[in-house]
Amino acid sequence: MSVILVLIVTSIIVAIVFLGAFYWAVRSGQYDDTYSPSVRMLFEEKKKKKNEEGAGIAEKV
Amino acid sequence: MRETIEKQQTTCYHCGDECYTGQITADEKDFCCTGCKTVYEILSENELCDYYTLEQNPGITQKNKTALFDFLDNEEIVRSLLEFSDGKHERITLSIPNIHCSSCIWLLEHLDRLNPGVLDSKVNFSQRRLTVHYNCQEISLRQLAEGLDRIGYTPVFNLEKKEESNSVYQQFDKQLLIKMGIAGFCFGNVMLLSFPDYLGITSLEYNYQVFFRWLNAVLALPVVFYSGWDYFVSAFKSIRQKYANIDVPIALGLVVLFLRSVYEVASKTGSGYFDSLVGLVFFLLIGKWFQNRTYQALSFDRDYKSYFPLAVLKLVGKEYKPIIVNDLEKGDEMLIRNAELIPADSILIDDQAFIDYSFVTGEAEPVQKSKGQYIYAGGRIAGKQARFIIQRPVSQSYLTSLWNEEGYERKEKSLKLIDRVSQYFTIAIVAIAIVSAVYWQFTDPSKTWLVFTSVLIIACPCALALSTPFTQGSILRVLGKHHLFLKNADVIDDLQKVDTIIFDKTGTITDPKAKQIEFEGEELTAAEASLVVAAVSSSTHPLSRYVKEFLNAEPDVYQIESFEEVTGKGILAVVSGVEVKLGSAKFIGMESLEEAKSSAVYLTISGKYRGVFKVNNTYRNGLKEVIEELSLANELKLLSGDNDQERAALTELFPKGTEMQFEQKPDDKLKKVQALQKNGHRVMMFGDGLNDAGALKQSNVGVAITEDISSFSPACDAIMDANAFKKLGSLLSLITEGKTVVIASMAISLMYNVGGITFAVLGILTPLFAAVLMPLSSISVVAFTTAMVRLRAKRKGL
Repeated sequence: MSVILVLIVTSIIVAIVFLGAFYWAVRSGQYDDTYSPSVRMLFEEKKKKKNEEGAGIAEKV
Repeated sequence: MRETIEKQQTTCYHCGDECYTGQITADEKDFCCTGCKTVYEILSENELCDYYTLEQNPGITQKNKTALFDFLDNEEIVRSLLEFSDGKHERITLSIPNIHCSSCIWLLEHLDRLNPGVLDSKVNFSQRRLTVHYNCQEISLRQLAEGLDRIGYTPVFNLEKKEESNSVYQQFDKQLLIKMGIAGFCFGNVMLLSFPDYLGITSLEYNYQVFFRWLNAVLALPVVFYSGWDYFVSAFKSIRQKYANIDVPIALGLVVLFLRSVYEVASKTGSGYFDSLVGLVFFLLIGKWFQNRTYQALSFDRDYKSYFPLAVLKLVGKEYKPIIVNDLEKGDEMLIRNAELIPADSILIDDQAFIDYSFVTGEAEPVQKSKGQYIYAGGRIAGKQARFIIQRPVSQSYLTSLWNEEGYERKEKSLKLIDRVSQYFTIAIVAIAIVSAVYWQFTDPSKTWLVFTSVLIIACPCALALSTPFTQGSILRVLGKHHLFLKNADVIDDLQKVDTIIFDKTGTITDPKAKQIEFEGEELTAAEASLVVAAVSSSTHPLSRYVKEFLNAEPDVYQIESFEEVTGKGILAVVSGVEVKLGSAKFIGMESLEEAKSSAVYLTISGKYRGVFKVNNTYRNGLKEVIEELSLANELKLLSGDNDQERAALTELFPKGTEMQFEQKPDDKLKKVQALQKNGHRVMMFGDGLNDAGALKQSNVGVAITEDISSFSPACDAIMDANAFKKLGSLLSLITEGKTVVIASMAISLMYNVGGITFAVLGILTPLFAAVLMPLSSISVVAFTTAMVRLRAKRKGL
């Protein structure tokens, strides 16, 4: 009997995790621009010489 | 001797504008201007020609370039623009309105190939922004801006809008998404947990049922108190203003639904209506989101200040240095160059200057001013640079006060259709609920509260509330597809009431791109063409510019020895010893020639007649059809800032008796609109530029027609791409028919309501019936409105 309760509670918790993921995705700006990522992934290899400086500043900022 | 130079027409490889073959070429590709060619050459040198393979003709026309970036040498300005700086690396987010396709994204994200100083660049497409990390020891911000400008992506700098602008809107959009997400999450789970009730499974153990119901109640909490909270706020506000908007019955329905459901669950008398409640909020939010989508990329509220320069060159010591405009003071000396705006009232200290006041007065031709004259702010320098002494600092000056004039502010807002309906709706529903409650109180008191709440629940105007946003959303979608963008959905309401349409002439019904120039006469040799170009280069008259563009030859080879321009007549120049005379037939001494109807420039070289340049303003494609369609339901008028040279041609185009007024100043246009409105007319105005801004704002619906949607946006209610012009008739009739769709869908939803209320009043409304009826009505209204709009659009060939 109680197995249904456990299942429902589990399923809701899993769903809440996804809701949390959605919340995080919206907050972190993944929905700000829905067009360019879809194009960007089709570009061939982005940078010829990804210099270390570039990586450095990305971290700092 | 009569011969027209004919060239084969093609499109520019870079920007796709119309041009002629064989004039400006590189690698066997044709370009419309040297600017486009230069961009192509820069890109091909750096092996960035993938740019052209991703989309066809992705470039931006280079014809009207004016931007100057020397103000970026001012450290104070740069500092206020940067997002991050540690002395070596800098980061900035630039607003680039020209971003428009995937090729743009590709190119802008490969800036490091053009300049190694750029470390990383990333495009935000929907905001038209570019974030660049760069090494400021290798490349300065100014170089970066100039580099971007060179390839056609001119960044727009604006100090004031730096922080606010997009962030407020973004915040709202994010919040709406999260509210929708939460409502959707709860909706799904509540539905799932309500299944036993839907299926009528009663043999289930009692414990489960109680557990499910309480879980539903918990899931409904965030939906009511977070996702749906805006409806309560809006309803509360409208009640305080003593009228009931559509949010009032919605809020009332939500409250009653929630309370009754909680009561049922707590008293163990039923399962409540949590599924309807949560579903209702979810659908409403989707409707809102659907409406919002269309506006994302457009910034309508760029006011006149964005036309102001950020900085001007001010005399400091012996040098001119860029200074932020707001820091200018009375007595400062400033230097304004070609195409720059004069930011403050001032006195000219150079001998003479040509000033283009088209922004302020609508006058197409530059005005000549001489030393010591008082110059009002807002003019643009045409031709040679000039120096000025400031008389009144920026904020108080003429342009600011002009645009702050009353009437340039906003008009009254009429009540929306939906709000008018909801006024009566709310009163009717509450009345029905009370009357039936009173009735049951006397016949069967146990049912009083059940009936009272049932009526309020089933009457909850979910379908009614959805009909307008979904109809308008679908209409906006169709309009957006054809590049007519409305500021918001309310404009649809205003559009449906329009009975008078006013057109501006230049740039609105004429096509500035397709100016037809032809040369009649013996073909000029290359040397002669260069002579003529050298002569007209010194003139700022529009016709001179057209001739120069048309001939497209190098003027540098020749020395101009003397130059004289007689206003309204023509020019007389001596170029490298050769006399070149251009102008009216009379001016060049050829009275025998008939004066042409269109603007014509006659040419003599060394006193010998060579031919005539004929300039025809071309009307937009399909203008006649559009005017015919529009004149069926509206009164048309034409207000033009130009002279009445074209009156005859226009009389033929417009229906008989159309009022036409020429030489109208912006103020005259504004007054004309006001006068019409006073007589009870609802006015729609088509205009093109800032000089129409006042009239556009004053009219009930102001539409700005533009060749380039992204870069132009004075205060108006709608922006229309010039290419959409020929479909204008169909688009407007679709909007008008939208009203019928809204009314039909309201009728459908009212039918549901009447049916539901009948059951509720009789006291036989079961939760299951409500659970089916409420989503069904919402979904059918959504489907109906979307399908109807699509169908009508299709029938009109949109």
